[in-house]
Amino acid sequence: MSKRVSVFRKEHFNSAHRLFNPAWSAEKNQAVFGLCNNENFHGHNYELIVKVTGPINPDTGYVIDLKNLSDMIKSSVIDRFDHKNLNLDTKEFAHLNPSAENIAVVIHDLLRPQLGEEYDLHIRLYETERNFVEYPVQ
Amino acid sequence: MVFVTRLEHFNAAHKLYNPNWTREKNEEVFGACANENWHGHNYQLYVTVKGEPDPETGFVYDVKKLSTIIKEKIVNQLDHKNLNMDVPFLQGKLCSTENLVIGIWQQLVPHLPKEVQLHSIKLYETPRIYVEYFG
Repeated sequence: MSKRVSVFRKEHFNSAHRLFNPAWSAEKNQAVFGLCNNENFHGHNYELIVKVTGPINPDTGYVIDLKNLSDMIKSSVIDRFDHKNLNLDTKEFAHLNPSAENIAVVIHDLLRPQLGEEYDLHIRLYETERNFVEYPVQ
Repeated sequence: MVFVTRLEHFNAAHKLYNPNWTREKNEEVFGACANENWHGHNYQLYVTVKGEPDPETGFVYDVKKLSTIIKEKIVNQLDHKNLNMDVPFLQGKLCSTENLVIGIWQQLVPHLPKEVQLHSIKLYETPRIYVEYFG
């Protein structure tokens, strides 16, 4: 059995969003989400770290070709979210609050079906330098 | 003469769009940044002032006071805002990082004490893009 190793690819995207629960009153949204509820949106530079864990392929020495992983992230995640309004421009967040937590889960679920069963996938998403989330929990 | 810098940050939405142009020309010139539904950034703001250290305090200027001025006059106006729609001092201007530093400079100067001079405004739009303005 080949040793299992984790490899990482870092990408980034810039988006606008708003944290808002349409089932709540304007006052409750303001009380819970504060500045993040601005109806005219605000935005972030998101930094995404995708971690793939799997066996080293004895023929290549790779866990996964990082160029292929980069292309996968670009076509599935970056092209979908970069320079977009997450609430208005993406079907993933048309009815889901685009919190960092939900964005990490959505990114995981976009990538997971594209990776073989031998791989574990883990997402770390920085919304700011000081706020970041991880999924799944380890 | 000593230079003192205070780093602050804010998060905002914007778009790059010239209302005098067609949508096609805006997309040609500004690309993804012209998205009509906005996009956004984590901005990092470096404010540098200069002066002589006060012989009694050793300070050019109390950076806590500088931080308070920047927060009240700049960050509170920009943080979690839509730069094109929500900010009075950017009304009618193209919301490029270049125009933002000029606007920040003009907002800040009247509120600084006379013993210090504003030297520069440096603004990072992303970790890889920044602009500087020296007045």
